[in-house]
Amino acid sequence: MVIVLGLIAAITSLLLAYVYTITKQPIDDAKQIKLNNAIAEVVPGLETFKEYKVKFDESTDSLTFYDVYKNDELIGTAVKSYDNNGFNGRIVILVGLNPDGNIIKTVALEQSETPGLGAKMDNVKNPEFAEQFANQNPKKFKLQVKKDKGDVDAITAATISSRAYCRAVQLACNAFDAQKGGAQ
Amino acid sequence: MNQLKNFSKGLLKENPILILVLGTCPTLAVTTSAINGAGMGLATTFVLVMSNIFISLMKNIIADNIRIPSFIVIIATFVTVVDLCMQAYIPSLHAQLGIFIPLIVVNCIVLGRAEAFASKNGVLSSAIDGLGMGLGFTLALTVLGAIREILGSLSVFNWKFAAGDGALIFVLAPGAFICLGFLMAIVNKIVKKSNS
Repeated sequence: MVIVLGLIAAITSLLLAYVYTITKQPIDDAKQIKLNNAIAEVVPGLETFKEYKVKFDESTDSLTFYDVYKNDELIGTAVKSYDNNGFNGRIVILVGLNPDGNIIKTVALEQSETPGLGAKMDNVKNPEFAEQFANQNPKKFKLQVKKDKGDVDAITAATISSRAYCRAVQLACNAFDAQKGGAQ
Repeated sequence: MNQLKNFSKGLLKENPILILVLGTCPTLAVTTSAINGAGMGLATTFVLVMSNIFISLMKNIIADNIRIPSFIVIIATFVTVVDLCMQAYIPSLHAQLGIFIPLIVVNCIVLGRAEAFASKNGVLSSAIDGLGMGLGFTLALTVLGAIREILGSLSVFNWKFAAGDGALIFVLAPGAFICLGFLMAIVNKIVKKSNS
């Protein structure tokens, strides 16, 4: 009976190893395409990008920066930012910034907010919320919901999700300023 | 004739969700749209058919006291296969279903069919039983997903037929319970009538 169980485990692990090897490449490709598409969406004109991590502040995780180049010229930076206090935990967003630090566009990468409410931050089906951030100067446009005296129209009945999104955008802008502001 | 019965019983008479009420956790969680329901159903169907075939093949060498661990190992293998393939070839659907794909391992229907049917019947019957049960599960999930999508987001199979938001409650958990309850009531009524 030990032999039978061992045999079953051996056969199934062989099968799994085989499936893993043939799906590994497509899975990596799919992830890469997804990341590429997201970066191209927030910084239009993407040709190549350079990835690096920035530790902006002790209290936050390090953020990933993607410097986007077209014809070897820096046309913008996509910053992968996050907030841990969405309605259902962590949200991860990508903020596209041009070299002057103005927001080009934002997209939600990972979120598990309530469907139909907070999930509207995902701009595939409901572009209204995320579009507010497009082409804004974070120095002039106050990245807070109107309830907190900011300039952002919160998603109806999802103020907590909207606040988390604003905080994540703010974090990206702050990190960008700290990283690029010094250099320029 | 007998094989046909093996196949068709899963669709309605012994429908895993609507009659046996097994595997309701993924049912309630993923049926926010018809596509999600169908995707989850088909993934489960594949696991059901493959695990039924393998368990039925090995039923004579698996001793009684290790049958549950053996079944789980076989089921978990096929679930992982489905999980990896979905990540590789349909990443968008995989992102939607998320954690519920690996959780097929603990879906009562799969282990239930292994224990109640595949471990006692031949390979062909077991495969057909798995297919029937899986398609019954898929059918129930797709119908439930379609109803919730129509009422909740005014679209069906991602095709939006009217502008606006619909009744939000149907996208959320309470709507899932309400729809499933009504669907069960209707199907049970039909099945009872056809029996008598």
